[in-house]
Amino acid sequence: MTDTISLPNSLRSQPDASGHFGQFGGRYVAETLMPLILELEKVYRAAKDDPAFEEEYDYLLKQYVGRPNPLYYAARLTQALREGAPAGKGAKIYLKREELNHTGAHKINNCIGQALLARRMGKKKVIAETGAGQHGVATATVAALFGMECKIFMGAKDVERQKPNVFRMKLLGAEVIPVTSGSATLKDSMNDALRHWVSNVHDTFYIIGTAAGPHPYPELVRDFQSIIGKEIKTQMMEAEGRLPDMLIAPVGGGSNAIGMFHPFLDDTDVAMIGVEAAGEGLTGKHAASLAGGASGILHGNRTYLLQDEDGQITEAHSISAGLDYPGIGPEHSWLHEIGRVQYMPITDDEALASFQKLSALEGIIPALESAHAIAAAEQVAPTMDADKIIVVNLSGRGDKDIFTVADALGAEM
Amino acid sequence: MTDRMATRFAACKAQGRAALITFVTAGDPTVAATPAILDALVEGGADIIELGMPFTDPMADGPAIELANLRSLGSGTKTAHIFAIATDFRARHPDTPLVLMGYANPMLVRGSDWFADQCKAAGVDGVICVDVPPEEDAELGPALRGAGVHLIRLATPTTDASRLPTVLNGATGFLYYVSVAGITGKQQAAQANIELAVQKLKAATDLPIAVGFGVRTPEQAAAIGRIADGVVVGSAIVDLVGSHGDAAAPFVQQFVAALSGALTVHSRETAA
Repeated sequence: MTDTISLPNSLRSQPDASGHFGQFGGRYVAETLMPLILELEKVYRAAKDDPAFEEEYDYLLKQYVGRPNPLYYAARLTQALREGAPAGKGAKIYLKREELNHTGAHKINNCIGQALLARRMGKKKVIAETGAGQHGVATATVAALFGMECKIFMGAKDVERQKPNVFRMKLLGAEVIPVTSGSATLKDSMNDALRHWVSNVHDTFYIIGTAAGPHPYPELVRDFQSIIGKEIKTQMMEAEGRLPDMLIAPVGGGSNAIGMFHPFLDDTDVAMIGVEAAGEGLTGKHAASLAGGASGILHGNRTYLLQDEDGQITEAHSISAGLDYPGIGPEHSWLHEIGRVQYMPITDDEALASFQKLSALEGIIPALESAHAIAAAEQVAPTMDADKIIVVNLSGRGDKDIFTVADALGAEM
Repeated sequence: MTDRMATRFAACKAQGRAALITFVTAGDPTVAATPAILDALVEGGADIIELGMPFTDPMADGPAIELANLRSLGSGTKTAHIFAIATDFRARHPDTPLVLMGYANPMLVRGSDWFADQCKAAGVDGVICVDVPPEEDAELGPALRGAGVHLIRLATPTTDASRLPTVLNGATGFLYYVSVAGITGKQQAAQANIELAVQKLKAATDLPIAVGFGVRTPEQAAAIGRIADGVVVGSAIVDLVGSHGDAAAPFVQQFVAALSGALTVHSRETAA
């Protein structure tokens, strides 16, 4: 797990004892859930100190997930961007290949860890929320692996839009529950998962899919995803003999990004960009909670949220279902406020262009989420010297998105 | 200052009955229809009114109250309307305690001091915030206490003996016992379990104990009224508002009168 940092002035020592990252994070849940959340924290602390837990986690990541995945130098993308850049400009771009994990995204790193915690707590049933279905598939996968009963809450609109993933989850033995409340998308599936959890706390573990929710979820999801950043450190030393100059990752809730960033937070020479979904643009419908939201409380934590003047949550929009959420993990809100990480908005159209560009140049079809990070790299790399190095987190593969993209491009399948 | 809440619980106790606490969502179905529904609650015999503040994401509520939230927001209810409804209620009903119930984000979006000041100015007696547990008391507690507004805490079947002091620390007005580990309006807890829980709570605090979640009929209310200081009925009333809309007031009054009657009959039986 993440090394225990007790040095003063480290940016890696958050959250504090009550689960706060600065003013963000915390435990804003109904009383019914409080005892369970306190228990989860205790179990997690004990697991972190148990070498057997870490050993099993590492074993499964290696033999089941297929880690470490490669850190790949994207030579043709790098070259293409240099051609449009001033002389001597155009940073070298590496891709962290999370899309090569079993189930096709970074989500499984966290699901393995949380399933191990569920087993430690004696829970035989797991539930999860899902948007596009990636976290649902990853949760259904670990439920099959651990022989646990699994229910996935998914917005009714998403069930309709993501039929292949719905069938995958069913094949894996999960029950998919369409959520019709509210706007019938990701935030509503999280509401209904919380409603189910509060009614079944005695035997059910909630595998939250992103680095958000009540403490200790943001911390433990980050820790399970930190394998991404740790591998990059080792692999970059092997490839270039030094740390990268910049990290770029897409941010919905932000679990892949925080997993990539966290091991580097104290490396002051490493710049970081989190990429928010700007949808139709920041003046239209979007999902950029930092650029267009304000601090508030939802789903168990204080963080930046899209909301109106009365604190009612407003609808998020992104072409990428995984980024279509009106909030963001609390540690990102904190890193934004202290300025350690820069957050950049990327629109649907920019992401669509990068989706096609990476496919054509590198033979890698990125998830629409990851295409947002590629688009940011395309904007930033030409402004940097050619001897600089950028790592982009290719958080997931794009097979799930081909129908959405075809539709957006007006292409016949 | 006179404490309407304590006065009302004492009056009910003197009559040998539990207080009837009724919940409706502000602005359901419209802001204009809410005052008549609140009057119907009082006329029907409600002792304490819980006025729900609608929220887009009511995570602890079942379908009945969730739909009420959506109806209210859909008809344009704003926070300013809710305080206007409360202010007018206070003018019409100077002695009936009024409690705002809802979620943290709408309460805190302009800061806790603003919210507490508005509560005080509108004559709101207490606040129940579903998703601010004692661990996050600093968000809301100090401001409400400073304004002399009760912060009403919730205890649940999962609140064990070791945790109960944490819940009670800073709780005033009454203690709301959520009788089922679940969401509003769904299942009813077994009477024996409620009795056991209320006994434990009474041993730990002098605050009145009100029991809610899943109480839908006069019979259930009467049974709980025999052991608790207050009985909370919400979803069953909200369902009536859902079915009858703008014309709900007489139906609400009739139903609340039946609930109130059941609690009063019990007190006569006890006296006899």
